[in-house]
Amino acid sequence: MAAGVVGTRGAGRPLMRLITMSGAPILQQLHLEERLLRCTGDNWCIINDGTAPATIVMGVSGKVSELVEIQPVLQDKVPVIRRFSGGGTVIVDQGTVFVTFICSKTAVAGLQPFPRDIMSWSGQLYGKVFDSFGEFQLRENDYAFGHRKFGGNAQSITRDRWVHHTSFLWDYDMKNMDYLKNPKRAPDYRQARNHTDFLCRMKEYMPSRSVFTEGLISSLRDQFTVQPTELETVVSDDTGFKPSTKLLSLQDLEDIINTKGSHTVQEVQA
Amino acid sequence: MALRLWASSAANALKISSSGASRAAPAYSISRYFSTVLDGLKYSSSHEWVKNDGSVATIGITDHAQGHLGEVVFVELPDAGTKVSQGGAFGNVESVKATSDVNSPISGEVVEVNTKLTETPGLINSSPYEDGWMIKVKPSSPSEIDGLLDAAKYTKHCEEEDAH
Repeated sequence: MAAGVVGTRGAGRPLMRLITMSGAPILQQLHLEERLLRCTGDNWCIINDGTAPATIVMGVSGKVSELVEIQPVLQDKVPVIRRFSGGGTVIVDQGTVFVTFICSKTAVAGLQPFPRDIMSWSGQLYGKVFDSFGEFQLRENDYAFGHRKFGGNAQSITRDRWVHHTSFLWDYDMKNMDYLKNPKRAPDYRQARNHTDFLCRMKEYMPSRSVFTEGLISSLRDQFTVQPTELETVVSDDTGFKPSTKLLSLQDLEDIINTKGSHTVQEVQA
Repeated sequence: MALRLWASSAANALKISSSGASRAAPAYSISRYFSTVLDGLKYSSSHEWVKNDGSVATIGITDHAQGHLGEVVFVELPDAGTKVSQGGAFGNVESVKATSDVNSPISGEVVEVNTKLTETPGLINSSPYEDGWMIKVKPSSPSEIDGLLDAAKYTKHCEEEDAH
């Protein structure tokens, strides 16, 4: 692989390979991320502009019964995924823009591979992107304009590498939020607000998705030599790596309902 | 055997960054923790400790690690009988929004796991060297432990990391 290319902003920046996708299924994206984390030594940025179908994505330790309204999910056949990273539950769709960084621990000078350090670094990176569009804040672990969240984060950290990925709410369908319960664990600044009062849409602050993604790439170029990479050159024959991100089966979801008691089973059967 | 508490001298004031500020340290460095390092244990550079009890070694993560991770909310551990190798991940801890691998400082076979961590993962925060132990391993290469960091070298390692 070529060494870091000298860009207009100076020599010696570490290389970051950029994959841009549009509408890729989130399961495919997460499988790709796990493989790039565990099977490569490169730094990556993945941008996926929208996804289909609308999918619920939980963190690695999420309990379906506590986070998801299972009956409407079963009725409407909404896919539910358990991803490999920590963090909370989201429902993603065409209005979601995903940005993922997969880095070696030496990629950012002086950055220790711990959650809050990585989160703070990301806040600085995104501050340059969003500051001119609204009162951007890294609030606890969320990206917000003011006190309204528009970006949720999760991470996975190994001995030598880390992933920091974000689902950005360019737009969202309020009805989809009805598939999610209010989580038990929530940031203090949420103040028990429901989804509608807690969240905001990026499209109300920025003129277009491309302004966002171009601003992000520009911000990245301050620290990295960004090299666009075709997805096809990355997806190779399976080397035997098995990603842990899992699509829960219909049986998995029905089993959860069935263990909650007979009255619940009767409701499902009706 | 009595253990002496040996506090690291890595404490610094909390640094809050502001964009555009010019500082010696990177502006995203969050804080320095006044972490405890115990004499008598051995340490890995990835912040796990091992206590050698002869035929069995006990393993956990250090005070430095738990302080940087934040509140641990979930722990995934291997089953007894699992083989571990030096430097390889044997489980993970979830804190804040992250899942972080925990790596074994030595090779061997897991003989016991701390089942209390399922109900009370916070033991890793409150008692990283005692009640928050994670696995016990029957070492397959006892000499590996000699190559690990002692308390003094580990303290220095933490200070160097925090000083960036």
